[in-house]
Amino acid sequence: MKKLINDPADVVVEALRGMAAAHPDRLRVDLENKVVYRKEPIRQGKVGLISGGGSGHEPMHGGLVGLGMLDAACAGEVFTSPVPDQMMAATKEVDGGAGVLHIVKNYTGDVMNFEMAAEMAAAEAGTEVQSVVVDDDVAVQDSLYTAGRRGVGTTVLLEKIVGAAAEEGRSLAECAELAAKVNGNGRSMGMALTSCTVPAAGKPTFDLAEDEMEVGIGIHGEPGRQRLPLAPAKEVAAMLVEPILGDLDFTGDSGAIVMMNGMGGTPLIELYLMYHEVAQVLEKSGVAVARCLVGNYITSLEMAGCSVTILKADDDLVGLWDAPVNTPGLRWGV
Amino acid sequence: MSVANLQSFTAWIADYAATVSEQADYLTDLDRAIGDADHGSNMKRGMTKAAELATAEEFPGTDAYLKKVGMSLVSNVGGASGPLYGTFFLRMAGAFAGVEDAGVEEVGAGLRAGVEGILARGKAELGDKTMYDAWAPALEAYDAAVGSGSDLASALAAAAEAAAAGRDGTEDLVARKGRASYLGERSRGHIDPGATSSTLLLESAARTLT
Repeated sequence: MKKLINDPADVVVEALRGMAAAHPDRLRVDLENKVVYRKEPIRQGKVGLISGGGSGHEPMHGGLVGLGMLDAACAGEVFTSPVPDQMMAATKEVDGGAGVLHIVKNYTGDVMNFEMAAEMAAAEAGTEVQSVVVDDDVAVQDSLYTAGRRGVGTTVLLEKIVGAAAEEGRSLAECAELAAKVNGNGRSMGMALTSCTVPAAGKPTFDLAEDEMEVGIGIHGEPGRQRLPLAPAKEVAAMLVEPILGDLDFTGDSGAIVMMNGMGGTPLIELYLMYHEVAQVLEKSGVAVARCLVGNYITSLEMAGCSVTILKADDDLVGLWDAPVNTPGLRWGV
Repeated sequence: MSVANLQSFTAWIADYAATVSEQADYLTDLDRAIGDADHGSNMKRGMTKAAELATAEEFPGTDAYLKKVGMSLVSNVGGASGPLYGTFFLRMAGAFAGVEDAGVEEVGAGLRAGVEGILARGKAELGDKTMYDAWAPALEAYDAAVGSGSDLASALAAAAEAAAAGRDGTEDLVARKGRASYLGERSRGHIDPGATSSTLLLESAARTLT
């Protein structure tokens, strides 16, 4: 294992220390509970937005805390859900009297831990909590025989859009409804060229030969649909976009918000090259791109590879997408 | 006739903490095959903290102790294992309210309450390739042993043996719950890490709760 760390056991806390040191103007970090907050306390009457999950997906979620996006992000160990104590602390802290929305990615551990926290917050502090569980990964068959689709790229778009809605004063019920709508209209698919290495494990999560790629990869290195011989970017773009378009109709009047996301170990030059290929597939398929985002937003440590997220977006969603945002990971209009 | 008291339960937690620490790499390797390669490190971290409780404070009884163990696991393990093992000990603590010396009946009721907690939290069914595939046969074997007049030590030994068989049986199953379920058919051929750590917990119990 070759990593810029001191001790594998300290990676998460030391990274949070770094975030606090790098963004004192915007963030406040509770190192004990491992929660990243906006510097300013929550505005009374604004719905509090919390997300969280295992670490290793930076900038999500801690780097997406700030004006127009999250109020708090709970950091678990690498690829491990945070624990209910963390979400409890965050929920109480960002309850501005309008309730709190938990944004949860669909993984068994995350769902159980957020569920326990919501039960405890309601019982102890009387905070009104609603939850949205994001499950947008088309690589996984959604059936009675699985834990359901995994939550991946749509989470980033959802945090931006619902963050803007909370900022403009929408109620908890409206924010929860909007979050469900974004989840229902977003789909993702990813691929990997190399594995990642969890610091505590010390060795690669899976083996992938020099001439192979894994299509349908999850953000924790979970194997995907197929292991295939490495192919040109043009073909990879089609392999990622076609299952998404096959799952939901993106043609018609509303446009789409498209994210070309890097898994952490792929340079921007390749992501832009891939975005061009993806845009061509979309154009041929009659999908109009309203907005796009290219970069590393939901990563898997040092994994090389990428994912595509497509969100069917009406005027309301595009308007909320364009609203000002000021976080370490996403910033415009301010 | 053997009984378990607060001291035995403390020994159980200490023994299990030592066991999962020793087996951490193995548990993580099992999890790497069908999950996300963190079960060993999570259980080691959480159980080490839970084992420290006994030296840090005095407990009035087994129920108070196991409740604290459960809360500690919920707070320190993370993943799905934290809520599942945490709920197990919290429910078990509930079953021990007012019980000082737990005999074979009381321990059986405690284990059953704990496993019902796991089911309520995880919503798994038999054959889903989860820890329940070790717990279900273990409870059955425990009850059968009690029915034929076994004492606590032999009932726990029977449960541990049945859990190990259940654990081995998960190798042929296709996962339908948890992260391993994303693999579908590819999850077959691997032993479930949760069933493995659950079997270790029962093996620890058989060594200490007597």
